[in-house]
Amino acid sequence: MNAEAAVFYVFGAITVLSAAVVVLARSLIYSAFALLFTFFGVAGLYVLLGADFLAATQLLIYVGGILVLLLFGVMLTHKLYDLDLRSEVTQFLAGIIVASGLFVIVIFVAVRTQWATGPGRPPSVTTAEVGRLFMGQYLLPFEAASILLLVALMGAAMIVRRRRDA
Amino acid sequence: MDLVFNLLPAAVPYWLRVGLAGVVCAVILITLMALGPIAYVYVETKIAGFMQDRIGPKRVGPHGLLQTVADALKLMFKEAIYPAGADKLLFILAPCLVVVGAFLSFVVLPFSSRLQAVDLNVGLFYVVAVSSISTVGLIMAGWASNNKYALFGAMRSAAQIVSYEIPAVMVLLTVVMMAGSLSLQDIVWAQAGGLSRWFLFRYFPLMPVAFVIFFTAGLAECNRAPFDIPEAESELVAGFHTEYSGFFFAMFFLAEYTEMFVVSVVASVLFLGGWMAPLPMLQQLGPVGLGPIWLLAKAWSLVFVMMWLRWTLPRLRVDQLMYVAWKVLLPIAMVLVVVVGGLVLWSPTASGFPWDRWAGWILAPLLVAYLAYMIVAARRWSARRTREMAA
Repeated sequence: MNAEAAVFYVFGAITVLSAAVVVLARSLIYSAFALLFTFFGVAGLYVLLGADFLAATQLLIYVGGILVLLLFGVMLTHKLYDLDLRSEVTQFLAGIIVASGLFVIVIFVAVRTQWATGPGRPPSVTTAEVGRLFMGQYLLPFEAASILLLVALMGAAMIVRRRRDA
Repeated sequence: MDLVFNLLPAAVPYWLRVGLAGVVCAVILITLMALGPIAYVYVETKIAGFMQDRIGPKRVGPHGLLQTVADALKLMFKEAIYPAGADKLLFILAPCLVVVGAFLSFVVLPFSSRLQAVDLNVGLFYVVAVSSISTVGLIMAGWASNNKYALFGAMRSAAQIVSYEIPAVMVLLTVVMMAGSLSLQDIVWAQAGGLSRWFLFRYFPLMPVAFVIFFTAGLAECNRAPFDIPEAESELVAGFHTEYSGFFFAMFFLAEYTEMFVVSVVASVLFLGGWMAPLPMLQQLGPVGLGPIWLLAKAWSLVFVMMWLRWTLPRLRVDQLMYVAWKVLLPIAMVLVVVVGGLVLWSPTASGFPWDRWAGWILAPLLVAYLAYMIVAARRWSARRTREMAA
């Protein structure tokens, strides 16, 4: 096992273990805080793949934005943060079927897909290339995404406005 | 890091060399940064004393120089108290996260053309990204303390940091567009050639505004006065660190002063030419040696301005704070991004506005002269007051 593989397994373990805490934790606040380590692990994997821009974006958007907002929401709704989450067993049979079916499909895809493997090296300068692709080849999806975000932003502003009037 | 890496003999296996080089760099940086706040706190108490017509620390050591050393030792030996009902795991984890978030930025700070741990291609973006880790630490501290003042402080802090991050990042864009790179080292090189090439003095009325916006937002992200509502003593006891004592409290302190220093270094790198000398000919003095001195001189001047502001300006109210971020700083920053972007594309002359060549040479001496006058005037006023009091 070389050093790169070792680092990969460390980050993989951080990601998977903290993701397990996110799903299994009884307290919602623990789930939210465990999400920090999941995001961190994924960012580490991106760094390992040579995608430095993506890794920094991962930290900035998910940790700095989404996680903080999530914590904000959980803490402001005090009924939520003391809530003891307990899952009940309902529809046992249907659940087993769906879960095992999904598991089989995921394994099937993972094994059968022809993953691109080869001696390809990650590009050393990623940011400029990403920018060029966004402004050239993928301009339309990029603009569509920004319009979607703008609409969401205006929608959020509208909801806040209306409440104040009433 | 490359420097340390090359010092190690080639016989040592590669991974061990990388690991050792990393550890050596990290230990050097952490030691320096842990000792820094001891000096900053001393300077801050002295400045506070000067501002409020007091003497400041005087008893421990000559001129009270050892006062903060004594304070730090006391904090280390104090018992760490866990409040009843606190979440012990998160309570301990929170200060660690805050400190880690503050320290991570040091990886990319360029202290000279070679003295830099790693010259990341996305350096500036990385600094912005890792600074968000501290925010989560602050929220964690507030929640784990099981204290409503701590929780209020944490909420305020999160709201403030999230709001002020936006104008700060917008303004960073102007610098990135002018330098054409996100690497901090490249940004410094783009300002080579003396005072008038510094980004602060380019496109004269525009970039100074950008600098002020960045500095204001940076101040808010450090939770420093006048933006210290997360720990407002008069309202929230001590905000998010109300329940912390001993060493954990010291860690929050360490993080705050480290963040001040990081913001100042980043501001110096982006606007004040980083490790470049103010005059091109001074750059030749000592091939490597003087770079860090120039950078530290600039950064420490900015830290001084932060302390100066803290003891001069009153604290903002929560709503005023949000107003400043969203309705004042953000629109100006957006206009700046568009205008500077246009100017970079269609520049009036090769080096920006026609007056860019000499604007810096006139403005910088004026600024220094004004500051010197203010300091002399303040000293004279203080001396007169002392005489009046004695009479």
